[in-house]
Amino acid sequence: MKAEFTEQALLKGLANNDSKAIETLYKDNFNMVQAFILNNNGSYDDARDIFQEAMIALYEKAKSDSFVLTSKINTYVYSICRRLWLKRLQQIGRYSNQIDSFEETVAVEEDIEIHEKRNAEFAIMDRALNSLGEPCKSLLEGYYVKKMDMQNLAKEFGYTNADNAKNQKYKCLIRLKKLFFAQYNIGE
Amino acid sequence: MEDSILIQAIERYLEGTMLPAEKAYFEELRKNTPEIDQMVVEHNMFLHQMDGYSDQRNMKHALHDIHTKLLERGDINEGGELSTKGRVIQLYNKYKKVTAIAASVGGIIALVISGLTLYLSPASNNQIQELKREVESVKRNQQYQGAKLKEVDSKLPKDAILTGGGSGFLIDAKGYIITNAHVLKGSSFANVINNNHDEFKAKIIYRDEVRDLAILKIDDEDYTALKSLPYGFRKSDLDLGEEVFTLGYPRNDITYNKGDLSAKTGFNGDSTRWQLEMNANPGNSGGPVLDKNGEVIGVLSTREKQAEGVAFAIKSKNIFKLLDEVKDTDTSVQKIKIVSHSSMKGVERSTQIKQMENCVFLVQAFNKK
Repeated sequence: MKAEFTEQALLKGLANNDSKAIETLYKDNFNMVQAFILNNNGSYDDARDIFQEAMIALYEKAKSDSFVLTSKINTYVYSICRRLWLKRLQQIGRYSNQIDSFEETVAVEEDIEIHEKRNAEFAIMDRALNSLGEPCKSLLEGYYVKKMDMQNLAKEFGYTNADNAKNQKYKCLIRLKKLFFAQYNIGE
Repeated sequence: MEDSILIQAIERYLEGTMLPAEKAYFEELRKNTPEIDQMVVEHNMFLHQMDGYSDQRNMKHALHDIHTKLLERGDINEGGELSTKGRVIQLYNKYKKVTAIAASVGGIIALVISGLTLYLSPASNNQIQELKREVESVKRNQQYQGAKLKEVDSKLPKDAILTGGGSGFLIDAKGYIITNAHVLKGSSFANVINNNHDEFKAKIIYRDEVRDLAILKIDDEDYTALKSLPYGFRKSDLDLGEEVFTLGYPRNDITYNKGDLSAKTGFNGDSTRWQLEMNANPGNSGGPVLDKNGEVIGVLSTREKQAEGVAFAIKSKNIFKLLDEVKDTDTSVQKIKIVSHSSMKGVERSTQIKQMENCVFLVQAFNKK
């Protein structure tokens, strides 16, 4: 099979949510990471979690304006996974020895820090959204996450027209903002 | 209600859907009312967060779906049944033909050129130098061909799921190779490549995850067994400070590294290993560690992450123990005979390396799709 994408094109595809690119990246890198996790006290589930986390990190990096990848994709993904996994092992106290196997890695500390900070922010958003209650939660999710338009949202939630749904959405949004910023500013 | 009208206005402003006049009015308002200005900034940031959050959630969802899809198609597997067996082998065989053709073409061209240069060159002393360079360049051509072949190879594993790689070396001239079990972890078959870029199929005949050792047997018609191995295997203890060296494949070419024995135990007092003061690199795993007489003292396996230049080797004693243990039960291992005598005693290092470099292999481990 020939390479259908160059590395640059793959990353661009990833940033634009192109499913073919994501799939290619997944297929090309997953097995390497799985082998590493399984080799180091991990399970199949751990491998999937860690790998998907790394893909998210790569996705966010690829989306940012200041994006530069100085290594090959597989080296980068492997490095991220390796750091994340060692961190997790440390957290659960299973990290007994500091021995590694011989694979090429690049420094990813900074990227992981950025990624974790972002995750923390998104966790606040998630908590805020979940404590909103219905129908606010589903309404906002429908609009912002699923990107549905007001017409369809009104139909789904049984509002008589799109304007009513829109009004309701703004009210919900104000509540969400309050919840979010209450947590966010403490976090800062 | 007031608030929600304001938010609505801010959102439209940020989306850029305001009419020009409205926009001008709003900007004026923003300039004159710090509170509103602050709200716009805040809301912009909030929407940004919301966007990022949504993107991440959607991406997580997409990744999850892809995982399931690839699992069903057998492109990845989680220990369940393999669905499309033999595809890798097919690919392997397909590419093997191509590499074989490329190799013979390269070989024939090299022979023709060297024959021609030999035939055409007059036998004067002045010209000999010239001729040598000619031959040199032919050699280089061949090497280039070699590099070409490598390229074809490294393309194959990418699709064939190369699960790992490292080094390995002969423990018996009949084609038995020892390497680390971790080099082969998660793989079902392997191939080995020597320093001449000759590639051989190999069977994994034994793995010992606890000792981190594995035995491969070259299973390839192209392989001609050596008469004997140049190196032996040392049974006696070592002294601290003894000079040791290793050969391995951190790159596609064989690479030499030397160091000293720095402790008789490995990490955390592991008595099955030596600690070496040596710069080992990824890919060195499974390579032999030898003393100055050319006797194997261990199999290089790991290095310490926190410290520079500290590597660990599994003591060769463990190879004997492993063979002893499985000899009774495993017939494939019975044939292995390990020689303790080294024929490289007192020989210069560069000669030692030359004698043994074709006994050290690049090991590539594959998994079936």
